[in-house]
Amino acid sequence: MREYETVIGLEVHAELNTNSKIYCSCRNAFGLEVNTQVCPVCMGFPGTLPTLNKEVVKKAILMGKATNCKINSLCRQDRKNYFYPDLPKAYQISQADIPLCEHGYLEFMVDDKIKKVRILRIHIEEDAGKLLHGESFSGSLVDLNRCGVPLIEIVSEPDLRSSQEAKMYLETIKSILQYINVSDCKMQEGSIRCDVNVSVMPKGSDKFGTRCEMKNVNSFSAAVRGIEYERKRQIEILENGGEVLQETRRWDDIKGVSVLMRSKEDAEDYRYFPEPDLKNIYVDEKEIEALASTIPELPNKKIIRYTNDYNLSLVEATLIADSKEKSDFFEKAVALNKCKPRSISNWILADISKYLNENKCEINETKLTPEVLVKLIKLVDDSKISSTAAKSLLPDVMADGKDVDTMIKERNLLQNSNEDEIKALAQKVINENEKSVTDYKNGKTNAIGYLVGQCMKASKGKANPALAKKYILELIK
Amino acid sequence: MRISDKTASELSKMLRNKECSSVEICQDVFDKISENEDDIKAYVTLNKENAFETAKKADEGFGNGEDMPVLAGIPMSVKDNISTKGLRTTCSSKMLENYVPPFDATVVKNIEKNIVPVIGKTNMDEFAMGSSTETSYFQITKNPRNTECVPGGSSGGAAASVASKEAIVAIGSDTGGSIRQPAAFCGVVGLKPTYGSVSRYGLVAFASSLDQIGPIARSVEDTAILQDVISSYDTMDATSCDMPYGNLYRNLSENIKGLKIGIPSEYFGEGIDDEIKTNVMNTIKILEKNGAEIVDISLPSTKYAINTYYILASAEASSNLSRFDGVRYGFRAPEYKDLNDMYVKTRSQGFGDEVKRRIMLGTFVLSSGFYDAYYKKAKKTQQLIISEFNDAFKKCDIIATPTTPTTAFKIGANINDPIKMYYNDVCTVPVNIAGLPAVSMPCAYSSDKLPISIQFIGKHFDEQTILNAAYSLEKIIGNLC
Repeated sequence: MREYETVIGLEVHAELNTNSKIYCSCRNAFGLEVNTQVCPVCMGFPGTLPTLNKEVVKKAILMGKATNCKINSLCRQDRKNYFYPDLPKAYQISQADIPLCEHGYLEFMVDDKIKKVRILRIHIEEDAGKLLHGESFSGSLVDLNRCGVPLIEIVSEPDLRSSQEAKMYLETIKSILQYINVSDCKMQEGSIRCDVNVSVMPKGSDKFGTRCEMKNVNSFSAAVRGIEYERKRQIEILENGGEVLQETRRWDDIKGVSVLMRSKEDAEDYRYFPEPDLKNIYVDEKEIEALASTIPELPNKKIIRYTNDYNLSLVEATLIADSKEKSDFFEKAVALNKCKPRSISNWILADISKYLNENKCEINETKLTPEVLVKLIKLVDDSKISSTAAKSLLPDVMADGKDVDTMIKERNLLQNSNEDEIKALAQKVINENEKSVTDYKNGKTNAIGYLVGQCMKASKGKANPALAKKYILELIK
Repeated sequence: MRISDKTASELSKMLRNKECSSVEICQDVFDKISENEDDIKAYVTLNKENAFETAKKADEGFGNGEDMPVLAGIPMSVKDNISTKGLRTTCSSKMLENYVPPFDATVVKNIEKNIVPVIGKTNMDEFAMGSSTETSYFQITKNPRNTECVPGGSSGGAAASVASKEAIVAIGSDTGGSIRQPAAFCGVVGLKPTYGSVSRYGLVAFASSLDQIGPIARSVEDTAILQDVISSYDTMDATSCDMPYGNLYRNLSENIKGLKIGIPSEYFGEGIDDEIKTNVMNTIKILEKNGAEIVDISLPSTKYAINTYYILASAEASSNLSRFDGVRYGFRAPEYKDLNDMYVKTRSQGFGDEVKRRIMLGTFVLSSGFYDAYYKKAKKTQQLIISEFNDAFKKCDIIATPTTPTTAFKIGANINDPIKMYYNDVCTVPVNIAGLPAVSMPCAYSSDKLPISIQFIGKHFDEQTILNAAYSLEKIIGNLC
C-alpha cells in the first residue's frame, strides 16, 4: 500500500454568547421551554424585518482579530435560500462573497512543534430551529427557540494534515472563543459544531485529492473519529483503483460511519443574493482598533511561549494558559525572577489547583499573591522549610492570607541545617539501623530513603533531608 | 353632497366645528359600501365594529375639546398586504386566506395613534403582483369610473375604495407603480414616498428593496395629511431613514414660480397613447404659464427599466415568498405523501399563476450560472438608472411624466398577456428602481371619460416639492378626483 497524506479543512460554527438574538430582541438562551424565546421576527412571520444586533458584529470582529484576520470594514449580509421546516423564512441570513473577517491564521502547538493554519474567513449568520421527533406524538414538531441565535462560521484553509492536528486546532479555537468571551462553547448544548472536509493524496504529492464534506460532527472526538474513518474509506477506494467522488456525507457517531447525504450533482443551489432588508455593515477603523486593543495575549500564544521560554511541558503550558487567572498569576510570579518557572507551574497545577477545585474559586479570588508563592518556593529551595511544611501552610495563606513567617515560627517548621547536629543525628540513625546499612552496602540503594526517613522522624520532621542524606552517605562509606 | 363625498381636510374642519361626528362619517361610508360594494368589490374584509369603536373614541376626544390629530376620526382603508393585529391579512391569496397576524404593521400603529378608523382591508393583485387587481384569489375589483374597466393594480381595491367614496383615504403599497397606476386609473391622487420614509415593518414583502407604503386620497392636501401620519423613522425597519417627517401638509404651498420641471423625452415616446401625451403636455404648459420653468432632460436608460425591474423584483419575491411553505401558518395542501410533497402541493395549490410565474422567474435569475447574466446585470442597470436621475436633478427640481401609457383598460384585456400587462408600469418602475418619491394625480379626462394622470417625480426625501407642484396644479385646474 502506498503512503497517504490526509488533507483537512474545518468549518466551525460557534454560537455567540450575546444577550439577545442576531435580528430581534428575543433572549439568546438555551434549554428553555420550546417555542418560548420567539417573536414574529425570528419566527419569520410575513411582514417582519430583521435588525442587526451590533454586539454580534463586535464579537465576530474580536474573533477575527484574535485569529489575525483582515476585517472588512464594509461588508454585506446575504440570503441563503433553502426549504426546511426548521428555517421559518426559508432562507438563512448569512454572508456570501464579503465576510466580516478574512485571510487570518492561527498558530498552536502539536507534538512540540508550532503548527500554523490559515483562516479563510469568519462570517456572521443566524442559527436555525430544531426539529423534534418523539414517540409521544406523531410526525415531527419544530422548536424555534434557536432561530436567530447568532453564529460565526470560522472556515480554515485545508492546512491540517492529521486528525490530531484537527483536534488541536479545534481545542485552540474553543479556548480562544472562551478566552475572549465570544462563545461559551458548550458542546453538549451544540453551541460549537463543525463540518469537516477531508481528502487524501499520495505522500509527497502536491495535488489534493477530491474532498468529501462531512456534516453533523458534534464533538471534537467525533471529528477525530470521522476524519480517521474518512481517511480509511478514501484510501481504500483509491487502493482498489476507484475514484473518490465529491460528496456531502453525514457522520453517524454511534455507528462510527459516514453516510452519503448527496452527491455533487445533487448539490443544492442556495441562490445567494444580498439581503435587501439590511443595510451594509460599516465598521469604523477606530472601532476595530479599539476592539482589538481589548484582546489579551491568547492561550495559543502563551502555550508557545511557556513551552519555549519556561520549559513547561505542553500539558502544563496548556493547563495554565487556558485560564486567564492562572496565567496572569503565573506570569507575575515568574516576573519576580526568584525561582524556576517550572516550580511555580508545579505549585499552581498541584496544590493550588486542588484548593481552587475544593473551594470552587479562581486563584485571584484567594489571598495568595505571586509574591507569597515565590517566597514559599524560595524557602523550600533554600532548605529553610521542607516542601511538606510549605504545602501545609498553603490553605491558611489562600483562605486568610496568614503571614508565612509567623506561621513557620508558630508551628516551629524551620528546618535544622546545623551541620554538626545533622551529622550527629545521622550517626545515631546509622548506629540504630545496622540492618539497613548492611542492605545498602549489599546494593539495596533504596535503603537510604529509609534512613533519611528515620532522621526526619527522630528530628520531628525538622532535619534538612538533603543534609541528612549527605551525611548518611558520607558516614556509611 | 354626502359626508362621504368630502375630503379628509374638509371633514377634519367639520369635526372640529362639530358639524358632523366621526360616527356619522363612518356610517355614511358603510352606507356607501352597502350601496356600491356588490358592484365595486374593493374590500376583502370589513372591520365595521372596530371602525365604529375608533370613531366613538375620536368623537369623545372632539367632544372633550382635546387637541386631536388632523386625520382623527376620518375613516380609511388599508391594503390587505399590511399586517393588522387580529384582522386577517390575506394579500388576496389563497395561501393566506385565513391568516390573522399577531402584530400590527408600524404604519397601522401610526394610524391607531392618530385615532383613524380602519374601514377594512382592500383587495389587490395577489401578493401585489399585477397591474389590474385581476390576480386576486377572491374577486375582481371594478373601476368606479367605468365598471367594465380594471381599477389598476396592485392597490386596485385601495384606489377604488377612495374613488367610490367607500373610504375617505387609503393606504396602499407601491413596488413598481402599485399606488400610482391604480390612482391614475381611478382618477385619484396617489403618492409613492421615498424608499425609507415609511416603515415597511408589517408590510408583507413582495420586493423588499422596492416596496414602499403610501397614501391614496381625493386631494393633494389629503395625500399630504396621510403621508404625514404614516411616515416615521422606525427602528424595526433597518432600511428606514431618520429624517424630519410630518410637516408636508403644514408646508403645502401653491407657489411654483421658478420651479424647474424636467421633461424627459423618453416618457413621451412610442407606446404612450397620443391622448395621454397631449393632455400631460398641455398640463405642463399650464404649469409653465403659471411660473414654472420647463427643462428638457434625458433619461436614456428608461428603456431598460421594465427588464431591470422584473429581474430584481422577481428575484427578491422568489425568496420573500418562500416562507409560505405550509409549515406554520396559512394554507397547507390537505393531502401529501412526505415533506417535499407537502411543500410542492401547498405552493402549487396556494399560489395563483402570476405569483408562480414570478417565483419561477426570480428563482431562475438567482440560480448559479445565471446570476451574473441577470441579477448582477440588473443591479448594474439599476445604478445606471439612479445616476441618470441624479444627473437630471442637477438641471431640474422635479420631473413630470404621464403616470400610465394608457387609460384604464377593460377587464380581461391584458390578463393573458403578461408582457403587455408588465408594460403598464413603464412610467412608474424607474421611480422605484431609484427609490425616489413620485405623486400621481388626474389632470384631464379622455374622450371616453377615463382619467388621465400626470406624475411628478422628486428628489430623495423631497416629497414637499412634488406635492407643492401637485397642490398648485390642483388649484389651477381644479380637483379632478
